[in-house]
Formats: sequence, C-alpha cells, structure tokens
Amino acid sequence: MIVGASLAGPRTAAALRELGYDGELTIIGAEPYPPYDRPPLSKELRIVDLPYDGLRATWRLGRRAVGLDAGRRAVRLDDGTLQTGDGLVIATGACARPWPGRVPARGVFTLRSRDDALALRAELAPGRRLVVIGAGFLGGEIAAAARRRGLTVTLVEAADQPLRGALGAEAGAFLAGLHRDAGVDLRTGRTLRAFQGTDRLTAVTLDDGSTIPADLSVIALGAVAATEWLAGSGLLLDSGLRCDERLRVLRADGGPAPGIVAVGDVVRWPHPLAGGNLISLGHWTNAVEQAATAAHNLLHPHDARPYTGVPSFWSDLYGAKIRSIGLPALADEVRVAESDPAARRLEAAYLRDGRLIGAVTVNRVARLAPYRRELHAGLTAVVTR
Amino acid sequence: MRVTVDLGLCESHGQCVFAAPEVFAFDDDDNLRYESEPPAALSAQVEQAAALCPVRAVSVRRTAP
Repeated sequence: MIVGASLAGPRTAAALRELGYDGELTIIGAEPYPPYDRPPLSKELRIVDLPYDGLRATWRLGRRAVGLDAGRRAVRLDDGTLQTGDGLVIATGACARPWPGRVPARGVFTLRSRDDALALRAELAPGRRLVVIGAGFLGGEIAAAARRRGLTVTLVEAADQPLRGALGAEAGAFLAGLHRDAGVDLRTGRTLRAFQGTDRLTAVTLDDGSTIPADLSVIALGAVAATEWLAGSGLLLDSGLRCDERLRVLRADGGPAPGIVAVGDVVRWPHPLAGGNLISLGHWTNAVEQAATAAHNLLHPHDARPYTGVPSFWSDLYGAKIRSIGLPALADEVRVAESDPAARRLEAAYLRDGRLIGAVTVNRVARLAPYRRELHAGLTAVVTR
Repeated sequence: MRVTVDLGLCESHGQCVFAAPEVFAFDDDDNLRYESEPPAALSAQVEQAAALCPVRAVSVRRTAP
C-alpha cells in the first residue's frame, strides 16, 4: 500500500514491479487527479500529466489518509474506511508553509498543487501588480513566470540576497542580478508585515512600514512535511517523518517500524554527505532515486541498503539554467571558478571542512560532471566503509 | 539497444550524463551529445538515465542481440 500519488509514490510502485513484486498494489492520493509533474507548475505554470502504464495498481484518488496504526499498517481514510497492507510506503510529500497572519479572501496564493497553479495562472494578467513573498527557488520562478506574462513584480526576501542560505553570497548576488535585469523590484532584507484588504488584496506592507500596492501576492516561504495525519501513529516525527539511512521509518522508540518505508519530500533522514545530520530534500530527483532504494528495502528487509543518491536540483530563471548538486547549503567555503554575469554563466564549488560538498552552475551544466563524480565516489566510500 | 533523445524537450538537466557518462555528455555550450547505439553492457545505466530524465526526453529501445 502506497500513501501518496504524486511522484515518489507511483515511482516506488513502478520500482516494486520492476523488482518482481507481483502482489496487490494500492495507491492512495489526496488530490482527485492522476499523477502530474510538480516542477512545471512553478517553472511555467504548466500542467504535465505523468504516465504510469502497466503498474497494475488500484488507485484511490481524492481520498486523504487521516490516520495510521503503524503496528498493523492500517491506514484510515477520510471516508472512514480502513486500508491495510503487508508493506506500507509513505510518500505524502509536503505542503506550502502558510502565512500565520490574516489573509484577504481573494488575491493571495500559495503554489504547491495543480489546483493552486491553475488558480494563480488565471489571475496572471499583463499589467497586474504581483508581490512574491520569499525569493527562494519557488518564489524566484513565480516572479520569472509573471514577468514573462507582463506583470509588475516585486520580490520580497528576508535575507540580503536571494537563496543566500542555500547557495551562498556569490550565487545569491548572481541571482539578484538576474531578477533585476528582468525588471523585478527585488527588496532584500525585508519581511512581510501584513496583507491589506478584506475582500480582495489591495497592498502588502513590509516590516519597514513601506506599502506596496498589489493585485496579487504569492506566499513562497518554503514547505512543511505532510505528517499531520501521522500524529498519534507511534512514528517518530521531527520536522518530517524520521527514517534511518535505509529509508526505513522509525518508531517513537527509535527502532524501525517493520514493513514501512518512506520516500520523497516527507522523509527526514541522516545523509552521509551531511556528516550523518538529518536533512529533508524537496527535490524531484531525490523522490525518484529514493523510490528504487525504498522498494528494494521493503521487499528485502534483510538486505536493506542505504540510500546514497547525490542530491541534485534545478531551476530556470529567465533562460538561465541553474543546476545544483550535493548540499551547497551546508558549505563553509565557496570557490567560484567562473562568474560572468554578462554571459550569465557561473561555476562554483562548495566545501565543508575543506572537502567538496556541492557545486552550482548557471548555463554551465557540462562543468558539473566532475563534481558529481567526486561526490558520488565520496558517498560510496562512506557507506561501504 | 537504441537510444534517442528528443532534443526539443531536453533542458540540459544533466541527469543522463550523471547516470551514464559513457553514453551522454555535454559540449561546452551545454548541448547534449550521445551515443545512439551503446553496447549492451551499459543497458542498466542507460535505463537509469531514461528514468531520471525530468522531462522524459530519453527513450531506449531494446534491439535484438
């Protein structure tokens, strides 16, 4: 039984079939749609369906899991039914982090789902004024999509540069330049104080008291793991669903819960590249690569393997192809090999304690391969030691 | 084994290059170059490359040995 019908869940189902699992498969999805691809939602506000032929699965779409008895692997659904399985894959992903303050009835959006993207897209008319709160990857991509559609865009970021925490000062400055060149009013070092308007958004007020007239606003303040349905399940929740390095879900007592694995954005696990510290990754590739390991470990619990994928991530801004591998956010040193804002090219290596931990390029994806090899070799060495 | 890449879909994510470096590579302008008839010994890597392509631009057709 698989809970989650986005990317990680169905990919795990496919991996189970490829590994020879021939029994019943049930895939439960909270959204009423067959699987679709999430990255194009923010990158171009586009809906791309994902084909899953030959899975021989029973799909229960539009059904939300609301509770779990981990010992019996029994999932309670929002129609009151109970679904049990010999094995359970938890792939419920993450939700947009909500704004805790007051939000006008119309004009303020988050972007995570197909419905979110369609609702936002319908409002992105040329000449309208959009304020994006948060200049992370998602916020940056929404700003870019809106500029392309002829909106006036203000991008508000709490740090002194976009993605300062994730990619460091050099890449942050580079990305700030991309936004400003595209005509985005980038306000760094500023946070949201309040939305103005009751029925409909009229303006956004920032922490310095400045007020930006606005027709639309998108809250892009990151994601939170979708684990609320696991409250009281006996599983260990800690800013995500705690797993061991083999993607086995842990119980509150710290031991692995028999027959339960987790995949994708919901997972919080010790990554060897992070020195065994706990991380969560909301990356497309992470969901896909974890699926194979989780499927193997569910079928072969006595030969469970650690997950050793090299994290990788992409974002496209105004035609600049940003590619990231490893965990640049954990670096204590950045070495810029090339930075050419005019040609919109960047190559930077990220180190921690003098060792490579990540790399980022812009329009230089060819340069990533050697870094990728080094990171992969390092990870393989760690887990076979 | 016959590999084709829809270069109209390709967005230079690089996942195929990471998965099967003997088959896929970028030139210095980030254009993808690939071996369209790689040896069968590389089939697992090539299948992995196709599975990891975020835009599903890589297709693999098995040919008779």
